[in-house]
Amino acid sequence: MKKVMVLSALVLLCAAGLTFLLSRQSGNWAGVDEVVVEKIAKQAGRPARKPYINTDQGDLLLFFFLIAGTAGGFVGGYCFRELFPPEKKP
Amino acid sequence: MAKGRTDFLLLLTLALALPSTGQAMHISEGILPPKWAALWYAIAIFFVAWGLRDLRVKSAREPFFKPMVGLIGAAVFVISCMPIPVPIAGTCSHPCGTGMAAILIGPTLSVVVSSVALLLQALFLAHGGLTTLGGNIVSMGIAGAFTGWAVFRLSRRAGLSPWAAAFLCGMFSDWATYAATSFELASALHGNSSFLHMFAAIGASFLPTQLPLGIFEGVVTAGVYRFIAVRRPSLLECLGVEARRCPLVPQKTGGAK
Repeated sequence: MKKVMVLSALVLLCAAGLTFLLSRQSGNWAGVDEVVVEKIAKQAGRPARKPYINTDQGDLLLFFFLIAGTAGGFVGGYCFRELFPPEKKP
Repeated sequence: MAKGRTDFLLLLTLALALPSTGQAMHISEGILPPKWAALWYAIAIFFVAWGLRDLRVKSAREPFFKPMVGLIGAAVFVISCMPIPVPIAGTCSHPCGTGMAAILIGPTLSVVVSSVALLLQALFLAHGGLTTLGGNIVSMGIAGAFTGWAVFRLSRRAGLSPWAAAFLCGMFSDWATYAATSFELASALHGNSSFLHMFAAIGASFLPTQLPLGIFEGVVTAGVYRFIAVRRPSLLECLGVEARRCPLVPQKTGGAK
């Protein structure tokens, strides 16, 4: 347990350092679907249209991402416990 | 055992620590002309039907198969909507998870879980599109999973260790997904210009982001494989990943019920 705690703290430190470095970089961090797929489609005369169900409005998309992450995490965790039950201590 | 858990925690925490804003390989709504969208849908439907048939057969044979498909499905869903910043390119993209899925549940079932993930993303996350769903299933589900599965099998047959084979599987399945996306875009949009020229141009545009991301996906795939091999190797044998006799004895679950 102690080992896991130390490792988690180390990973969090690394993540904080990485976030700091990335935030100082000049990239705009757009997705490749925007900088490659949509750009090429636009040049070819077939620009992307808005989604039929457009959740990309204000914080709505963030809300749906949170719901999706929670649901995915729950399903994954439930099945994980089925497949990898906790080890019983003698 | 503790080592396996630590490796898995490290990989998971690293993966969760990296997300930023942005999207990735999904072909957005309206980009594919109707005849091309219909063609990719027809191909996707055939493979999804094949996968559903396999799911019925394998679930009847192995009781642990359904939770395994559930776990892999959740992982593919989360992984494929998780944008990762690539510093050398200044852009974001996502891994697919279909290589890992193909090793564990087979390529046809990977198509099924990819279809569910992509459908949910198109419906609720403005990620991809409903008219382009067939194209996205073909690139991420079919091309990614079948390439990863073939690379893993060939690597094992060539005598590579399971970790190296899993690494190559994850890496090539990622690259195959983006190569297939390039193919779909080039075939639909090249117009009067050369198909090959456009295919190469799109592939080259993906390269700075996908080259490192493919390597990252290879490392994650090898890490997941290692975790299962250390923690519960009988699963790999019963799934047919390792060619030995399945020694699995039904275990008491640890409180999830």
